[in-house]
Amino acid sequence: MKILVPVKRVLDYNVKPRVKADGTGVDLANVKMSMNPFDEIGVEEAIRLKEKGVATEIVAVSVGPAKAQETLRTALAMGADRAILVQTDDAVEPLAIAKILKGIADAEQPGLVILGKQAIDDDNNQTGQMLAALTGWAQGTFASAVNVEGDSVNVTREVDGGLETVKLKLPAIVTTDLRLNEPRYASLPNIMKAKSKPLDTKTPTDYGVDTAPRVKVVKVSEPAARSAGMKVADVDELVAKLKAMGVHS
Amino acid sequence: MKTLVWVEHDGKAVKDATLAVVTAAAKLGEVHLLVAGSGVDGVAKEAAAIAGVGKVHVADNAAFGHNLPENIAPLVAELMASHDAFLAPATTTGKNIAPRVAALLDVMQISEILSVEGPKTFTRPIYAGNAIATVESSDAKLVLTVRGTAFEKAATSGGSGTVEAVSAGGDAGISSFVGAEIAKSERPELTSAKIIVSGGRALGSSEKYEEVIVPLADKLGAALGASRAAVDAGYVPNDYQVGQTGKIVAPQVYFAIGISGAIQHLAGMKDSKTIVAINKDEDAPIFQVADFGLVADLFNAVPELTQRLGD
Ligand SMILES: Cc1cc2nc3c(=O)[nH]c(=O)nc-3n(C[C@H](O)[C@H](O)[C@H](O)COP(=O)(O)OP(=O)(O)OC[C@H]3O[C@@H](n4cnc5c(N)ncnc54)[C@H](O)[C@@H]3O)c2cc1C
Ligand SMILES: Nc1ncnc2c1ncn2[C@@H]1O[C@H](COP(=O)(O)O)[C@@H](O)[C@H]1O
Repeated sequence: MKILVPVKRVLDYNVKPRVKADGTGVDLANVKMSMNPFDEIGVEEAIRLKEKGVATEIVAVSVGPAKAQETLRTALAMGADRAILVQTDDAVEPLAIAKILKGIADAEQPGLVILGKQAIDDDNNQTGQMLAALTGWAQGTFASAVNVEGDSVNVTREVDGGLETVKLKLPAIVTTDLRLNEPRYASLPNIMKAKSKPLDTKTPTDYGVDTAPRVKVVKVSEPAARSAGMKVADVDELVAKLKAMGVHS
Repeated sequence: MKTLVWVEHDGKAVKDATLAVVTAAAKLGEVHLLVAGSGVDGVAKEAAAIAGVGKVHVADNAAFGHNLPENIAPLVAELMASHDAFLAPATTTGKNIAPRVAALLDVMQISEILSVEGPKTFTRPIYAGNAIATVESSDAKLVLTVRGTAFEKAATSGGSGTVEAVSAGGDAGISSFVGAEIAKSERPELTSAKIIVSGGRALGSSEKYEEVIVPLADKLGAALGASRAAVDAGYVPNDYQVGQTGKIVAPQVYFAIGISGAIQHLAGMKDSKTIVAINKDEDAPIFQVADFGLVADLFNAVPELTQRLGD
């Protein structure tokens, strides 16, 4: 079985985002960019399925600028077998990403597509579900466990009240939650090896997808700032403050 | 504009998350509801009583029993032939279903709206709430998820919606429900609690969480929360997590105890009315958002606080 893992290049999660003064977006010039953390978890899960003998090949895909090659090389260094860059400098929305991924799924015929549950830049949490709609496949979102058994996969999902398990017919879509696994670091020899793994470059038009945005960003602004309050000296003072607000047993 | 609101329920009662969505939908136009499930007459009656509701579409079918999106999304897509906007709460259920509906309709979803600025214009958080985007849709129909803490809850009575059965849809035959481990608790739910007591990595074990955090929450009738670090370390179940990828909360009072205040945690609680932080590191980022900060060892301060609040 082949596994497709879409990976997005995003602002590193340790970097504090700064809104641009002209209100057009978040400043991405000269800041550290990394693979979306949920996608690292997706790559790791695919590798574990390959190590278990469930998967035979892992194909990493990214839609983005030439620099997204770095993200794909990271996936290859972790253990993906080959990569596809669908190159574009435009900001592509989840619906169009899902259409491109549908095109790749048609060509590659994977048994599983493992995406992140959300990209931590736009926090959309849509692409996997949309891809599932377009392919007509079942979806196991927010996965904390993935078990392939024969021609189906059991996915345990993190839901608001706790955990839920669903059984999905393969091929299927999985989106990762944080506790699915802990991604490995690529070793130096594997980083070297990744440089010679195949990386194909395509464009959205190769898949017949129009990436013109449907949603216009009118402006991006800072959230209302929360001013720091006061430090209280001790528990007594805290109790007094809380009681003054009506908080007590 | 005719809107269709996804009613979140547990088979017996309408969940609170629905009520904020009704408020958001009412800003766009006429409010219709969809109650999908198995044996949901009671839920439909309750839904029809929500203030401002016009029509309640009821799809009663075993295939809709566990909110499987493979079965539900085609049903919603069919109903959307006669509606202009589909709205669902930004809960795990809503987030699972709405994008699947959007793709079936060839529409770009707008996720987690915070406000309605115009018939097609909304604000939403990006970058874990470190920026707020104002966005305008150009699609013929709207698909929206709604952040519950950003809208008032519609009243649960006073409405007189008409109930109409829907026969569409069924089992797509590609997915099934296996089981769930849903925590049962007498405590208020995190997303609707007035007071939340959250503990972080500093607790060190589930025993200490029980011993230090739980009594304070008991005393205040509060819900229990946690940072991701505390969940990952197994001190508490996953549904306690507050943050960018956990629950978004906005209680009257939020206690962050032994939590450093990473941006991903702040994303879930910085709209709380009052934030109380207890941390032994006076430079912890949580103090930058705390109304009342106490620099102290939590293992001394919290038991003392619990005791003194009862005095
Ligand atoms: C993609 C992504 C998504 C994430 N989503 C979330 C999310 O939804 N929610 C979330 O919470 N995190 C999330 N995180 C994790 C986040 O980045 C932090 O790692 C996490 O919030 C840290 O938890 P903590 O504050 O409990 O632990 P730490 O950062 O380790 O802080 C522990 C704090 O306890 C204090 N302390 C230690 N001992 C004592 C004592 N005896 N008394 C008092 N204080 C003490 C320390 O000074 C420190 O400030 C996410 C991370 C990523 C990458
Ligand atoms: N540009 C992209 N390239 C590759 N994968 C993507 C891209 N955008 C989103 N994805 C995938 O879709 C997931 C969810 O993203 P989103 O719906 O944007 O929150 C991500 O975690 C990725 O796995």
